Amino acid sequence: MCLGIPGKIIEDYEADGLRMGKVDFGGVVREVCLDYVPEAKVGEYVIVHVGFAISVVSEKEARETLKLLEEISSFDDETEKDLP
Amino acid sequence: MKHLSEYREAERVHRTLNRLREVVTQPWVLMEICGGQTHAIVRHGLDQLLPPEIQLVHGPGCPVCVTPIELIDKALAIASKPEVIFTSYGDMLRVPGSHRDLFSVRAAGGDVRVVYSPLDALKLARENPDRQVVFFAIGFETTAPPNAMSVLQADRLGLENFSLLVSHVRVPPAMHAILQAPGNRVQGFLAAGHVCAVMGYWEYPEIAEAYGVPIVVTGFEPLDIAQGILMAVELLEAGRAEVGNAYARVVTFEGNRPAQEVIRKVFVGCDRKWRGIGTIPDSGWRLRPEYARFDAELRFDVEAIQPEESPLCIAGEILQGLKKPRDCPAFGDPCTPEHPLGATMVSAEGACSAYYRYGRRVA
Repeated sequence: MCLGIPGKIIEDYEADGLRMGKVDFGGVVREVCLDYVPEAKVGEYVIVHVGFAISVVSEKEARETLKLLEEISSFDDETEKDLP
Repeated sequence: MKHLSEYREAERVHRTLNRLREVVTQPWVLMEICGGQTHAIVRHGLDQLLPPEIQLVHGPGCPVCVTPIELIDKALAIASKPEVIFTSYGDMLRVPGSHRDLFSVRAAGGDVRVVYSPLDALKLARENPDRQVVFFAIGFETTAPPNAMSVLQADRLGLENFSLLVSHVRVPPAMHAILQAPGNRVQGFLAAGHVCAVMGYWEYPEIAEAYGVPIVVTGFEPLDIAQGILMAVELLEAGRAEVGNAYARVVTFEGNRPAQEVIRKVFVGCDRKWRGIGTIPDSGWRLRPEYARFDAELRFDVEAIQPEESPLCIAGEILQGLKKPRDCPAFGDPCTPEHPLGATMVSAEGACSAYYRYGRRVA
């Protein structure tokens, strides 16, 4: 039930006092409530759970995580680093 | 798909697990809290790729599984009323109450409808002013903001025919209960990523310190889970009972502040019974008195019901990480997803259903 999937905001508007939007999940577009992510802009990715965006995906953190994981293989030759 | 496919690349997962093999020096038992993670682990076979020292036990993070049978029975009674349109997430329809489930209520003529979001239930209420629309508001912290928003909207729109049957539960009290249980084996937690997207992880350092267990916020894709396990094992091997975040692209320490505010506005803490586990103090949310008119338990006169659980089902021990689905004598026969004895065999997040669905029927 706590599954949430990332999708890209392609449109935002107001309906019945709520901030709503259209979110594209790899080609499938759904209406999503954006009221909990007031900072999210069109073009950004959000995690959507039961029709509500609950978090904006941080591009910066995503890049850093992948970079950190890319570096894992190079750890093999080094002495162990103090990881977070 | 962006922010999804990158975290499903086998090469990256293998590299992370190779690193784990280098780091681990002794046996460790980790619990993934969330049933969504349990399913991802079993579906992708991650548990079979782990070094033998690491054992994953499956946690109680399956809202469908822990919703108390008394409330299922209440749902069945309310859904049977002719004036009611009973709305629910699809998973709840097959969950066995004492004698039947929501599917059988529907088959007997009850108006039971599956909705994707509580806003869909709200829409039904607006379209059917002469009917009572009830939404089965179950779930953890992730589902609370949407459910709370539906109440605020109903209030704003002046809807008199909308109510919630609330069974909200919270993760941190369950972690306390698991760690305090005699026979606890859990030495570290993978915390549920989307619960933390809402709540942040500011509640966890205290738990990590009090019980000496590291807690790592973890996502749902194979690479996220591999990274969460690696981070937890690194902390365990270093003797550090700290909180880590392996899902930083989605989760911040503070969490979603606007969502937390709406939860606080609509809900208040309460003791809650967890199916198979028992009552955990201050482990749930119920509607605040100012929103009592949206409480389906008060709106409908449902007599006290004496619930009956299947004597064969060991879901409670499975949900606490004490046993695995294969330890159950009823697993696979007679208990199957089509004819479940307990909720863990029903839900898309239940451990028994994951083991059954992904072919782990024999050891």
